[in-house]
Amino acid sequence: MNPAQWTEPMAGTAGMTGDWLPVAFMALMGLAMLIYVVLDGYDLGVGMWMARANADERDVMVASIGPFWDANETWLVLGVGLLLIAFPKAQGVVLGALYLPVALMLLGLTLRGVAFDFRVKARDGHKALWNRAFIAGSALASLSQGWMLGRYITGFAEGVWPTAFAGLIALSLSAAYLLLGAGWLIIKTEGALQQRAVGWGKAVWPVVVVGIGLISVATPLVSPAVRARWFAMPDFIALLPIPLVTLGALLAARAVLNSRLVLDRLSALPFFATVLVCVMAGIGLAYSLFPYVVMDRLTVWQAASAHASLQAIGLGAAITVPAILGYTVFSYRVFRGKASALSYG
Amino acid sequence: MDALLLSRIQFAANISFHILFPTISIALGWWLVFFRWRWVRTRDDRWLLAWRYWTKIFALTFAMGVVSGITMSFQFGTNWPGYMERVGNIAGPLLGYEVLTAFFLEATFLGVMLFGAERVSERVHLLASFLVAFGTTLSAFWILSLNSWMQTPTGFEVVNGEFHVRSWLEVVFNPSFPYRLTHMLLASGLTVSFLLAGATALRVLRGTASPAAPLVMRAALTVAAVLVPLQILAGDAHGLNTLQHQPQKIAAIEGVWHTERGAPLVLFGLPDEAAQTTHHAIEIPRLASLILTHDADGEIRGLSEFAGQHPPVAPLFWGFRVMVGVGMLMLAVSWVGWWQLRRVQWQPQRLPRWQLQSLRWMGFSGWVATLAGWYVTEIGRQPYIVFGQLLTRDVVASVPASHVALTLTGYLLVYALLLSAYVMVLRYMSEKPLTSPAQGVHA
Repeated sequence: MNPAQWTEPMAGTAGMTGDWLPVAFMALMGLAMLIYVVLDGYDLGVGMWMARANADERDVMVASIGPFWDANETWLVLGVGLLLIAFPKAQGVVLGALYLPVALMLLGLTLRGVAFDFRVKARDGHKALWNRAFIAGSALASLSQGWMLGRYITGFAEGVWPTAFAGLIALSLSAAYLLLGAGWLIIKTEGALQQRAVGWGKAVWPVVVVGIGLISVATPLVSPAVRARWFAMPDFIALLPIPLVTLGALLAARAVLNSRLVLDRLSALPFFATVLVCVMAGIGLAYSLFPYVVMDRLTVWQAASAHASLQAIGLGAAITVPAILGYTVFSYRVFRGKASALSYG
Repeated sequence: MDALLLSRIQFAANISFHILFPTISIALGWWLVFFRWRWVRTRDDRWLLAWRYWTKIFALTFAMGVVSGITMSFQFGTNWPGYMERVGNIAGPLLGYEVLTAFFLEATFLGVMLFGAERVSERVHLLASFLVAFGTTLSAFWILSLNSWMQTPTGFEVVNGEFHVRSWLEVVFNPSFPYRLTHMLLASGLTVSFLLAGATALRVLRGTASPAAPLVMRAALTVAAVLVPLQILAGDAHGLNTLQHQPQKIAAIEGVWHTERGAPLVLFGLPDEAAQTTHHAIEIPRLASLILTHDADGEIRGLSEFAGQHPPVAPLFWGFRVMVGVGMLMLAVSWVGWWQLRRVQWQPQRLPRWQLQSLRWMGFSGWVATLAGWYVTEIGRQPYIVFGQLLTRDVVASVPASHVALTLTGYLLVYALLLSAYVMVLRYMSEKPLTSPAQGVHA
């Protein structure tokens, strides 16, 4: 593929800067990915925490995510789907560069997804094996997603520092998932397991803080484009709320984790504070990247599908996405309250 | 091997593994609606038993379909980037509508259906089950529309090598779509009917049959006996449609090397592509022409007219015969089985042993026929990815062959492991005695 061909204006395609549809699709793709990170983040986090839990606790932990994980994962399908369908000229570059980590992530998600069912339906003797597959699959998916995010931010740059940076994001994103998972368990469980979840949250909190701190320092260092964007005046002032809100949310999460209120009245706060951190990170990332789909190489306009095709999907999305959000809220309402052992009935 | 062949094998492995599970979940979703609805209407607890047992299998099947489906969507980008680059304007919206209208619907309401019976009203729960079944069928609608468009592309124009939509109606309802959709939905219905009958037969043979066995066996064999003839009709119509739009695919299926009038139907033989002949052919004179053109002297165009543009012959020739052979077996087993079951007052426990054994061994026959049929239609599209328009080799990624070999090995290992685990778990669940309704409740 020749990069020059991307910038050639093509008859009937949306090659023009200024068309708002590709931007709307970039926003929708970002939103889908953010929702994915939050939703599958907590259930992958719960999956990883199962390594520390006993057999009964594991059943409750699986029950707390059982009704949701399928739909949570669908946001990833939507996110990558939007990359494929709205930005066909970027998908090959992005997914080609991430060939092996994508395969590892898929392996992880596959093991995790089927272990959900196999661990309760296989012979008792095999249950331990499927539990291990569940935990390992959750960890593998989390780490490879972080790795891919890190590679993506640097525009797939090669070398020691970009590689170390990807490693840092892999660990930080997994830590964030663990914090989301602990927060979710604090909401959905009670008694000894809930107290253990508070302990898990406290244990992983410093890792998240250090991770975010290092990423904040490292991103401008590995990416000149990001540095230029964030440290110019007066943009820097306008952007200050992003780090400040992040810091505030992290401190609030810690304060509540330290207090007894986390067991009842404020049990939802650590989770939602972590969600807020993810949202801030998402906004920060979007600001760093825009208007590129592939850092410094392809803008949203260069990579987009034909205008007519974007309109066709846009119409569907405008109708269905609100409906999806609506019945997603419905499903969370149906299963509100503490989780008990899952039963079909 | 080069990256093209490895990528093709990898996608074939992936899609073959994937299609096994939707083939079950599309029709099983509707069966669950039926079981649940019968229970609501009659309060006969046997329907609830059937619902609980098959719901567990549905959940497992659905999960297998989801994880293998996600893998496939990523492979579009990792291995076939040229596909979306060239055809994205058409394939994109169709895939997008599948995700937006079907995937979220089925995944979200699956949670309510599986675990929400005590948290929502009976009516809402039945609605959730309906939406899951509806979602799986809608998903089949979109993906088969895209697949059919790749076989019989219409409603587009090509500008600078990129495909653009001229008419969405013509794209979605392209010529082969109604036939392929009908054929696949019936295949799903048959696969599940035989799975229900097979699992019930196994339980009777093992002495672990539940009180629901007579109801399930009767319903399954009745549906199978009705669907097989419908499928034969649908298959015939699909074949005529293929003859019209993809004559080289039919030529390869029938082993017609040179254009001829009054072509014989080759029942068996050894097609030899190099020598352009079929060795040891057992033929019925004129029957191929009669079936395909409804005229004993009708003309069928031979492969030699399509030099360099026709698919490999052997996989189509054999795949088609496996599919039709299994279909004929299904016809015999379902009709004889239904008749026998009626004679013993619908009590499967009283069926002769050989009958139960034959049903048991036909339990996964739908998988064999479905895979064989898909091989015929997909290999039959080669060397094109979009028939007559875009060559498969022109859209493959420039990923190193060693990377593809590595991931292919990984996928094959994981799929072999998961497939054997799935079949083992289904068998284990069939053999586990089910003594009281309460025991069926807990996952």
